Amino acid sequence: MTDAFQVWAYMAQQPLLWLCATLFAYWIGETLFLKSGRSPLVNSVVIAVALLAGLLMLTGTSYQTYFNGAQFVHFMLGPATVCLAIPLQANMLAIRKALVPIIVALFVGSLTAILSALGIAWMLGADHVLLATLAPKSATAPVAIGIAENLGGQATLTAVLVILTGLVGALFVTPMLNVLGITDWRARGFATGVAAHGIGTARAFQINDTAGVFASMGMGLNAILTAFLAPLIMQLF
Amino acid sequence: MLVPAFAIILLFQLIGEVISRALHLPLPGPVLGMVGMVVALSAIPRLAQIVTPVAQGLLRHLSLLFVPVGVGIVANVHTIAEHWVAISVSLVVSTLLAIVVGAFTFTYVAKLVGSKPND
Repeated sequence: MTDAFQVWAYMAQQPLLWLCATLFAYWIGETLFLKSGRSPLVNSVVIAVALLAGLLMLTGTSYQTYFNGAQFVHFMLGPATVCLAIPLQANMLAIRKALVPIIVALFVGSLTAILSALGIAWMLGADHVLLATLAPKSATAPVAIGIAENLGGQATLTAVLVILTGLVGALFVTPMLNVLGITDWRARGFATGVAAHGIGTARAFQINDTAGVFASMGMGLNAILTAFLAPLIMQLF
Repeated sequence: MLVPAFAIILLFQLIGEVISRALHLPLPGPVLGMVGMVVALSAIPRLAQIVTPVAQGLLRHLSLLFVPVGVGIVANVHTIAEHWVAISVSLVVSTLLAIVVGAFTFTYVAKLVGSKPND
C-alpha cells in the first residue's frame, strides 16, 4: 500500500498525469457528444471540466498542480488562434462582400455585450473588481485576461467567466436564432463569434461552414475592439 | 509536413508576440499573428498547402484547448458562490442579448446595402 501511495504522490506532482487526464476527459466528453447526435446540450467542454474538477476535489489536488500538466494543452490556444487565418483568408471574397454589415454588427454586438453585462451586474450589486473581471467576458480568453488585468479585475476568474460565456452562447444560439427566424448564416455566425468567441466559433463550425468562418471573423475583430471599448465603458461605472 | 507547418505557425505567433510587447499594444500576440498570417497567405498562396492540414486538425479540436482554463473554476468557487446571482444573470442575459442584437443588426444592414448570402 505504501508503495502505491508513493507512486501516486510522485505522479500527482508530475505534468504527465494531468495532461493525460485532460485528454481522456475531453475524449469522454467528445464521445458522449457524438453519441447524443451532436446535441448542444451535451457539451464536451462542460463534461471534461466537470470530470476534471471532480477528480481534483476527490484527490485534493490544487489547480496549480493540475495546470502544470494541462498547460501544454493550454499553450496550443496561441497557435490555434493564428490558424484561424486559414479559413479567414479562404473566405476573403465573402467577407469583403459583407464588409459594411460586418463593421456595423461588430460595433453594435460588442457594445451590447460589454454594456449589458456591466449594467446588469452593477444593478445586482457587483463591486468594482467584479465589474472589471466581467467587462471583457465576450473576448477570447487570452485577450480577456490581459484586459481584465489592466482594469484591475481578477484574471483567473475572468478566464472562467469567458468559458461560461462561450458555453451559454454555444448552448442557446441555434434554438434562439431559429425561433427568431434569422436565416442568414453569415449573421448567425458573426454575432456568435462576437458574443461567444472561440467556443461559439467551434459550435458554429459544427453547424455550418459559412457560419464558422464568419464566427472566426467576429471573434478576431471583437478581441481587438474589446481591448479598446472595455476601458472606456468601465469609466461609466 | 508536420514540422514545417508548426514552425511557420509558431513563427507568426512569435512575431505577433514581439510586436505586441515592443509597441505596448492592447492586442495579444496570437491575434496579431493571425492578422500577419492572413496577409502572408494572400501574398504567398503556396503557404496554404503547407499550413492547412495542421491548421484544420487544430481547429477541429478547438474546444479541447479551453478545458485547462475551464477547470480553473475550482480555484474560484468562493468568489462565484458569493456573487452567483450577479454573475449568472449578467452572463446569460448579456451574451444572449449580444447574439440577438448582433445577428439582427447584421441581417438588417446586409439587406440595406444589398449584400446577399450567396453571391
